[in-house]
Amino acid sequence: MRISLAIACAVLSVSFANAAEPATPSKVDFNREVRAILANNCLQCHGPDEKTRKAKLRLDIREDALKAGAFVPGKPDESELIKRVCTTDTELRMPPEKLKKPAITPAEIAILKRWIAEGANYSDHWSFTPLKRPAVPKVDNPAFSVRNAIDNFILYRLQQEGVKPAAEADRVTLIRRLYFDLTGLPPSPEEVRAFVEDKAPDAYEKLVEKLLASPHHGERLAVWWLDLVRYADSAGYHSDNPINVSPFRDYVIKSFNTNKPFDQFSIEQLAGDLLPNATLEQRVGSAYNRLLQTTEEGGAQAKEYIAKYAADRVRNYGQVWLGGTIMCAECHNHKFDPYTQADFYSIAAFFADIQEPAVGNRGPGTPVANAEQEAKIKTLADAITAAQAKLGTAAKEFAEKPDAFADVEKWTSPPVAKKAPTVVVVPADVKSIIAKKPAERTPAELAKLAAFAQINAPALKPERDAIAAATKAKTDYETTLPRVLMSVSGPPRTVRILPRGNWQDDSGPVMTPKTPGFLPPLPANADPKTRHTRLDLAKWSISPENPLTARVTVNRLWRLFYGNGIARSLEESGTQGPLPSHPELLDWLATEFQTKWDVRHMIRLMVTSSTYRQSSAETPAIRERDLTNKLFARQARARLDAEFVRDTALAVSGLLNREIGGASVKPFQPAGYWSALNFPTREWQKDAGAKVYRRGMYTHWQRSFPHPAMVAFDAPSREEAACDRPRSNIPQQALVLLNDPEFVEAARVFGQKALAEGGKDDPARIAWAFERATGRKPNEKEAGLLASLLAKHRTEFAAKPAEAKALLAIGDTPAPKDAKPEEVAAWTNVCRVILNLHETITRQ
Amino acid sequence: MNLDAIKLHKRRTFLTQACRGVGAVALGSLFGNANAAEDKWRGVVTKPHVPPKAKRVIFIVMAGGASHLEMFDNKPELLKQHGKPFPESISKGQPIAQLQGAKLTCFGPQWGFKKQGKSGQEMNELFTHLPEVADDLCIVRSLHTEAINHDPAHTFMNTGSSVSGRPSMGSWLTYGLGAETDDLPGFVVLTSSRGGQMQPIASRQWASGFLPGRFQGVHLRGQGDPVLYLANPKGVGQDQQKDVIDAVSQLNQIHNGVIDDPEVATRISQYEMAFKMQTSVPALMDFKNEPAKILDMYGTKGTDGSFAANCLLARKLAEKGVRFIQLYNRDWDHHGGVKDGIKGKITEIDQPLTALIKDLKRLGMFDDTLIVLTGEFGRTPMSQGGSGRDHHMKGFSVVLAGGGIKGGTSYGATDEFGYNAVENVFPVHNLHATMLHLLGIDHERLTVRFQGRDYRLTDVHGHVVKEILA
Repeated sequence: MRISLAIACAVLSVSFANAAEPATPSKVDFNREVRAILANNCLQCHGPDEKTRKAKLRLDIREDALKAGAFVPGKPDESELIKRVCTTDTELRMPPEKLKKPAITPAEIAILKRWIAEGANYSDHWSFTPLKRPAVPKVDNPAFSVRNAIDNFILYRLQQEGVKPAAEADRVTLIRRLYFDLTGLPPSPEEVRAFVEDKAPDAYEKLVEKLLASPHHGERLAVWWLDLVRYADSAGYHSDNPINVSPFRDYVIKSFNTNKPFDQFSIEQLAGDLLPNATLEQRVGSAYNRLLQTTEEGGAQAKEYIAKYAADRVRNYGQVWLGGTIMCAECHNHKFDPYTQADFYSIAAFFADIQEPAVGNRGPGTPVANAEQEAKIKTLADAITAAQAKLGTAAKEFAEKPDAFADVEKWTSPPVAKKAPTVVVVPADVKSIIAKKPAERTPAELAKLAAFAQINAPALKPERDAIAAATKAKTDYETTLPRVLMSVSGPPRTVRILPRGNWQDDSGPVMTPKTPGFLPPLPANADPKTRHTRLDLAKWSISPENPLTARVTVNRLWRLFYGNGIARSLEESGTQGPLPSHPELLDWLATEFQTKWDVRHMIRLMVTSSTYRQSSAETPAIRERDLTNKLFARQARARLDAEFVRDTALAVSGLLNREIGGASVKPFQPAGYWSALNFPTREWQKDAGAKVYRRGMYTHWQRSFPHPAMVAFDAPSREEAACDRPRSNIPQQALVLLNDPEFVEAARVFGQKALAEGGKDDPARIAWAFERATGRKPNEKEAGLLASLLAKHRTEFAAKPAEAKALLAIGDTPAPKDAKPEEVAAWTNVCRVILNLHETITRQ
Repeated sequence: MNLDAIKLHKRRTFLTQACRGVGAVALGSLFGNANAAEDKWRGVVTKPHVPPKAKRVIFIVMAGGASHLEMFDNKPELLKQHGKPFPESISKGQPIAQLQGAKLTCFGPQWGFKKQGKSGQEMNELFTHLPEVADDLCIVRSLHTEAINHDPAHTFMNTGSSVSGRPSMGSWLTYGLGAETDDLPGFVVLTSSRGGQMQPIASRQWASGFLPGRFQGVHLRGQGDPVLYLANPKGVGQDQQKDVIDAVSQLNQIHNGVIDDPEVATRISQYEMAFKMQTSVPALMDFKNEPAKILDMYGTKGTDGSFAANCLLARKLAEKGVRFIQLYNRDWDHHGGVKDGIKGKITEIDQPLTALIKDLKRLGMFDDTLIVLTGEFGRTPMSQGGSGRDHHMKGFSVVLAGGGIKGGTSYGATDEFGYNAVENVFPVHNLHATMLHLLGIDHERLTVRFQGRDYRLTDVHGHVVKEILA
C-alpha cells in the first residue's frame, strides 16, 4: 500500500497540477508543495518532538535547520538534505529504510531542489497564521452571475484554470437541495410546484429565507453539531446506562433556530455555568462538558478514569474548536504540529473543575422546566404552602380548645415502615402547659401547644395528609420533567503531565490552565495568582486573534452545503491535513464569520451564491479535469444522512411527527439487538403512538449499540467527535429500506395515501406517488415499470389474501377497514420501490 | 484520462485521502461503473507484502477474561503458596480492579494440569477432547494487555487502542485483503453464552471506526433474523421481493442515464448483494446438509446460538471465503467460583473447539486458517472473595493454531506466581503484527491516514514473533 501511496501522490500531484496550477511554474509555495514532503518523510525524526529527534536536526523551523546545516539556501546541490534524499547508499539515504516510508519521488525531489534554489523560505502553516481579510478578486465576464463574494473567489480561480462552471441546476433540483440542506426534509410536491412557477426575481431568496426561518432548520444543524460534541443518550463504557442529556439537544436546536451567535454558543457550552448570573439556558448549554463517555464498571479505578475523562475532553475540545489533533500530544509532543505534551495537559486543566463521579452512575441531573412547566411547579408549590397554612390555623384553633389535650396520653404517632404505632412522647414543657388551666395559658404557651399539636394531634391528620398529598403532587410532577447533567464547578483536581500517558505515573509536573504556546496568548488575569477558567478558554477560543475556530467552523459549514470542505479534512487543519483548495475564500469566510459570529448569515451567503446553485451533473470531461471537485465547478451529490433517510420516508408517507425537541424516543428496533448489554440486561421498549414517527435525530442514541438502521447509513456511535461522516453504499442499506418494518409501514401508508389522494386511476396515482418522493413526474418508461409491478402484485395478492393481510398488519398504523387488502398490498410494494430509489435518498 | 485511469485515480485518491472526507466519492464507487460485478472490494494490499500462510482468521474470544491459571498456565509454586499473603514485591503499585484496597492472598490453580500430545502441551486436566489436537496448538503464556476493565480491554484487543473509534482487526483485514465471498460480508461476528456472569460486549468491538461502513463486522445472530432486517416483510414472498429489487434497479438505471453517477451502479450492486444474502445467509444457518456425524462431532443439533453451533458456523463461513470470523463466548468473568466456572466453560468449549480444528483438517483448510483463542485479559493469581479471581492484564495466555503456526509449541512464560509475563513477553500488538504477517501483510505498511496521521492496527508498536511460525 505504501507503494500505491507513492504512486497516488504522484498521480495526485500531476492531476492537481492539471486542475489547479497555472501553466507557468511560479515560485515554489512552501505550504502547498514543500511542507507535506517534509511532514511525510522527515518530521517523524526531525520534527517538534525532541524525544524522538535524531541527529539534533529539526527541519520544521528554518533557523534550526540552517544551524544544523541541513541546506544552503540558493544551492541545492550543496545541501545535505538533497544529498541525503538522493544518495543511493542505503545506509545514508533518507528516510531510512527501516521506517518503511516510500522513497521520495523524483517530482518531490525536484520541488525540494527548486525550493532551496529559491532560498528555502518557510511560511507558516495556513491555519495557524493570523486571520486577515483577503481582498475579493474582481472577475471580468463572469461565467455566471456573481451573487456574492463566494462567486468572485470561485470564478476567479476557474478563470485562471480555464474551467467553466456548471450551469444552474433546474428548479426542482434546487428546491430539493435547499430543503435537504436547510431542513433535512423533502419538499412537498405543492411546494415544488409553487417554486417552479414562482416567476418573481427573488423567488429563490424568498425560499431560502422561508427555510432558514423554519423550526426544522435548527434540527438540521443540530444533527451536524451533535456529531461534533458526541451527544448520546447513554454513558458509553461497559454497562452503557442511560444518561439524562436530552435538554442539551433542545438547547442546540433552539440556539440554531434563534440564530444565537456562535461565540455565545461556544461560551455557553464550554462555560455557561461560569457566566455571572447564568440563566437556566446557559447552564443547560454547559451540559456539553458532561457528554463524554463515562463508566460504572465495578473494578474500574477512579484515577485511571479521571485521566481518561481529562483526555476525552481535550480531544473533543481540540477537534471541535481548534479543528486539529492536539490529542496526539497526550503521550509525547506532537510529531508534526507545534502542540506540546504540556499544551495537552494545560488544556485538560481548564476542565479539572468539573465535578462528577469518576466511576459510577451520573445521577439524574437537574430538572429543566420551560415557562409553562415553571408555572405549574409554582401552582403546586403554592398548594403546599396553602396546605401548610391551613394546618397552622387548624393547629392554633385546636390548641385553644380547653379539652383538646385531655387524651394526650393515648395519642400515637403514625406507623412507620410496618412498625406498630408508638405512643407520642410528650415533652416535659408541653406536659406542664397542659397541666395548667386552659385560661391561664399564655399566648406563647398556646403557640407551643399548637406546634406540638400540629405534628402529633390525631384530629389534625387530615390537614397533615393534605400537605403530604400536595408535596407528593409536586414531586411527582417534577419527576416528569426532563433532566440534564450540567457542569458543576468545584475545586479543581490536580492535573499533571502523564509521562507516556501513563495515569499511574505521578512524576510529571503539575499543570495549570493555559492555552497552547504557539497560538495567541491567553490574556493575563488581573490578579496573576488567579487560575484561568473554562470561561477564559471559551473566550480565547472565539477571540479575534484565534486563527482556528472561525476557519474550521466555516469550513465545516461549507461541507454541509458543498459536499466537501474547502480544506478537505474536517478533523485535521494542522500540518498533516490537506491544504485548502481556496485559502483566500476560506479566510474571507472566516473573517466574515468572526465579525458577528452570525451562523445564519454565513449559511445564507453559502446557499444564495451562484456557486451553490450549479448543477451537480458530471460529464467525463469534468471528471477528467477535476475528479474530486476541488474547484467547485459543480455541486456535490450525496446520499442523505442516516436521520434524513428516515425522515424522508416518514415525510413522504405523511407519517412524520414534526414535533420539535423533547426526550429521546424508541421507534422499532429488531428484538434482541441489545442482548449483549448487561448491568442491567435490557430490552428495547418500543414507544407507541406518535412518538414512533418522530425524526431520526430523536431516536435514543445508545453508544454501544446505536440504532442499527442508523448505523447502516453511517450514523456515528458518538463515542468521539465525528467531524465528518463517511457516505458508504452497502447492502445493509438495501436491507433496511426494503425490510425494516418502519420503512414497510411508511410504504404502506404512502400507498394508502396514493389510493386516497393520488387521483382517479393507476397512472395518476403512480405519477402522484413518484413525484411526492422525487419531486418530479415519472417518464413513460418509469411509470410503465411501476404499473406492471402494480398489476402483477395486485393479481398475486388477490390470489393470496392471507399474504396481503400479513403485509398490511406491519406497523402501528391500522390499514383502513374499507380498503381492499390486495389493492393496498400491491400499492405497498409500489411505494417500497419508490422509497428505495437512489433518487429519493440523494441530494443532488 | 480514460475510464480506467479514472478508476485508478479514484482508488489512489481514496488511499491518500483516507476514508473520511472523501466526500462524494464514496468507497463503493471506487471500482463502480457500469460493471457492477467489479464492485467487489478486493482490498488495498493487491500484492502481499510477505508470502501469506493463512487466508482467513477464526478468532475466538473467551469474553469476560478466562483464567490462564485454570486453563493453560500451570503454577505449582502458586499452589504451594495458596492462602499465604501475595508477595508485595510483585503487586505493589500495580493497577488492580475489584481488589482495590483488599488484602491480597495467593490462590493456587483450582484444577490439576496434564501434559498432552507428543509435544507435552500442558493444559487443565478437564480437557478431554483438546488433547487430540494438542500437537497442533501453539500456546503463548506471556500475553500482555494494557487495559484492566472489560470494555476498554476488548477495545484494545480488537483495535490496538483503548480509545474508541479505531477500526477493529476484522475491519483492517477486510480493508486490506477484501474477502473471497460474493454473497456474505467479509467480517462476521457470532456470539454465544449459557447465562451466568455475562459482561456486556459493545458493537464497537466489530465497528469499522474511521474506515467506511462496508468494513464493519456483521453480527450473525442465533435468534431472530440472523442478519438484521434480512427477512422479507411478512406477506412478501421471495418472487415479489425480487420484483421489487429489480424494479428499484431498473429505475435507478434509467435515472443514471440522466445523471451518470457511478454511485448508482454501486447502489444497484448493493441491492443484488442484499438479495443474495437473503438466500445465502439462511442457507448458511441451516445445518440440514451436514452429516449427523459432523453434528455429533461438534455436539450440536442446529443453529441455536450455542458455542458448538457457532464453531460449525465458523467452519461454514470459512468455507464460503469470509475473511475474519470472530466468536465471542461469554461468561468467563469468574470473580467468584472460578473452579466450577472453569469446569462449566471447558465442558462447553472443549468438544466444539476440537471439532472445529479436526473438521478444518478434514477439509484441507486447517493449513490456511488461523485460529486464535484468548480472552480480553487474564485473571489474578490472588484470590477474590476466597473462590474467584479478579481481572489481570500483566500476563495471560493465547492459543494459536493453523495457518502458518508451529504446532506443538509453547512460547513465553509468566513468573512463578502467574502474575507478570517475564519470558518472551507477547504484547497484544505482537499478536496483531503476527496475525497480519501470516495473512501476508506487513503491519507497518497497512495504514490509513485519519486526523492527519497514518494509523495502523499496531499503533506504533508490534513485532512479528517468528518463533511461533512454522
